[in-house]
Amino acid sequence: MSENKEEEDPRINGIKTKIRVVPDFPKKGIMFQDITTVLLDPKAFKDTIDLFVERYRDKNISVVAGIEARGFLFGPPIALAIGAKFVPLRKPKKLPGETIFEEYELEYGSDRLEMHVGAVETGDRALVVDDLIATGGTLCAAINLLERVGAEVVECACVIELPELKGRQKLKGKPLCMLVEYR
Amino acid sequence: MFAAENGLKGDPRLEAISAAIRVVPNFPKKGIMFQDITTLLLDHKAFKHTIDIFVDRYKDMQISVVAGVEARGFMFGPSIALAIGAKFVPLRKPGKLPGKVISESYELEYGHDRLEMHVDAVQSRERVIIIDDLVATGGTLSAAISLMESEGAEVVECACVIGLPEVKGQHKLKGKPLYVLVEPSGLDDFC
Repeated sequence: MSENKEEEDPRINGIKTKIRVVPDFPKKGIMFQDITTVLLDPKAFKDTIDLFVERYRDKNISVVAGIEARGFLFGPPIALAIGAKFVPLRKPKKLPGETIFEEYELEYGSDRLEMHVGAVETGDRALVVDDLIATGGTLCAAINLLERVGAEVVECACVIELPELKGRQKLKGKPLCMLVEYR
Repeated sequence: MFAAENGLKGDPRLEAISAAIRVVPNFPKKGIMFQDITTLLLDHKAFKHTIDIFVDRYKDMQISVVAGVEARGFMFGPSIALAIGAKFVPLRKPGKLPGKVISESYELEYGHDRLEMHVDAVQSRERVIIIDDLVATGGTLSAAISLMESEGAEVVECACVIGLPEVKGQHKLKGKPLYVLVEPSGLDDFC
């Protein structure tokens, strides 16, 4: 299995320099990783998508699942480029049709991730995409949803990882591909 | 204006796009025939046609910014931006964007909401298109246009996959052109 960080690709540094860190958002002590500044740089944004597309185009991925809302910024371009369907995983009550849900822990309380029934089928090979992995709680909920309907989660893909939060260990043994670490 | 009236009459891609959109009755409340684009995203060919039509239209218009309205505008906007070499700017609900923002309020059926944009996202005189999945009253798009104009940018056009009957015949929104691919599916089935 190839390494799951694209260490040597020269495009990575260009992407990293475009990520803006916003201190104390959404609350004091958090150094928020703002990817909107990557989206403002057409080359950096294109490089981000290309890196993932190059990795996944020959892996027979049939579904790209993106986590609301920043996963919607990266997931659809990847899906389109590799010929996969795109499935949005959303906060409660946003999806109009029949849904299944999975709960996950927040710092205080819990939330739910929903997916449309019928969007993903048994035998689908899935990629889960989000902008960032922190504790891994949301990604774990996403993996659970996909596995419950019989899909195989091939990998999780994030632009940024916060390795100190050990989210990688919450992925039910699924590999993680990320481009940039923030310590 | 609708794509079929503007150079794409009889284009089979429009029919494929329309057929891929699912109608969900009585969501989010009774009487609304909700136009669900998630089924379009499941149809790779039809999703690609959607993006290709917008890209073909905008690629030679010197567009430097594609702005997408949260959250369904995020599903279409970035792919268009990437293909035409433009920046993508997310327009979000209050409190989501981490940096300094400007905001504009708009009317809902009951009450109002706000749309926010980062202050450094768009420069004066940039040429912008604004994307959302659907236009109904045009309230959200009007707020988006105001945000752009307050930064001195020029909104070239607003573009949506679906346009509700309220906008048919309307070529402009707040003085800006409106481009729509398809009409809502399934309204005739509602009795």
